[in-house]
Amino acid sequence: MAWDRNQMAARAARELEDGTYVNLGIGIPTLVPNFIPEGVTVTLQSENGMLGMGPFPVAGTEDPDLINAGKQTITEVPQTSYFDSALSFGMIRGGKIAMAILGAMEVAENGDLANWMIPGKLVKGMGGAMDLVAGVGRVVVVMDHTNKHGESKVLKSCTLPLTGTGVVNRIISNLGVLDVVDGGLKIVELAEGVTEDELRAATEATIVN
Amino acid sequence: MKKVYGSAAEALDGILRDGMLIAAGGFGLCGIPELLLAAIRDSGVKDLTFASNNAGVDDFGIGILLQTRQVRKMMSSYVGENAEFMRQYLSGELELEFNPQGTLAERMRAGGCGIPGFYTKTGVGTQVAEGKEHKDFNGETYILERGIFADLSIVKAWKADTTGNAIFRKTARNFNPPAAMCGKICIMEVEEIVQPGELDPDTIHLPGIYVHRLVQGTHEKRIEQRTVRAA
Repeated sequence: MAWDRNQMAARAARELEDGTYVNLGIGIPTLVPNFIPEGVTVTLQSENGMLGMGPFPVAGTEDPDLINAGKQTITEVPQTSYFDSALSFGMIRGGKIAMAILGAMEVAENGDLANWMIPGKLVKGMGGAMDLVAGVGRVVVVMDHTNKHGESKVLKSCTLPLTGTGVVNRIISNLGVLDVVDGGLKIVELAEGVTEDELRAATEATIVN
Repeated sequence: MKKVYGSAAEALDGILRDGMLIAAGGFGLCGIPELLLAAIRDSGVKDLTFASNNAGVDDFGIGILLQTRQVRKMMSSYVGENAEFMRQYLSGELELEFNPQGTLAERMRAGGCGIPGFYTKTGVGTQVAEGKEHKDFNGETYILERGIFADLSIVKAWKADTTGNAIFRKTARNFNPPAAMCGKICIMEVEEIVQPGELDPDTIHLPGIYVHRLVQGTHEKRIEQRTVRAA
């Protein structure tokens, strides 16, 4: 047993602090708004130029001028504001965004993150990921602990081109929650039905107590 | 000075030349200068370099200029939606300079503000930092990124008055203001041109000083990822 995508998103939603501005990456992080705890209000930033991102529109009300960073049609909320890309990344680079929740291909025990490129295979680009990890207050990564061959994606050091060095604060995987601390990773929580031995076996990175 | 032109082709007349650097607004297919891109294709100008966050899709946006091999180099942050782009890049026909998205936006803004370079933490320790000057400020390492000074800017706004004062709509603003600012000449296409005084001066997003030529037209405004919820 381990967490599925929705359970990982629900766990990530518990990281949200009331009254903060947050950026969510594509993939599992886009599910996080479905699980925002009661009593917590956050403002979601879409780095193409919007604070206060609402849900997908009802069919027939899509607006081609209103999309998120994944190019999906979205809606406004009452406190929405719009701005250009330079200001959008100004607030990211300037440390005004409290947290980013992002996907990852690999994370290393020193907080290095790789999530933008597989040389010779996948050449899409980093989009805003490098700016986000360099600028926001806290980086939480949501990812599967292992790849489809069962190999760990939580490593001693990343093998893929980096998105940022020493930038990850917390990893939420299908097996549990780990924090990046001095000397390696610290287990914060195990997913339901996952033992510490199973988590350790799936982790190449150093786990410290 | 007359800024309003009758068509995108007329607005581009006398400006295009082979090998020029063009900064283009838009994010994905949202807020792209689709009329000017089509007119650039029809002009046959070639060996172009584009500073643009994305490269369109195969048959829309900058993608239409890739099909006709008019683009030599892209300066972009994300090009994942375009199969022809991938083919030309992997075969070595097309040069690609990846820029982090915020770095690209700030490079345009800086160019438009007369700033030749700035330091940023973005990309430190990654491929993006290779070959760039590193400098420490208050114990943290930054890299030097350069302002973009484009030969031509092509952008799209919602409304403008005849002097070029412009208003964008929702997330279609995106890269359009910084792209407009960094060009020696900026051509803007809009959905509606109005007379001076019809737009509230307090609501202008981009002052007309940045806009040299204007054209009004009908936009397809294609949606890339139509996503809806149950009613």
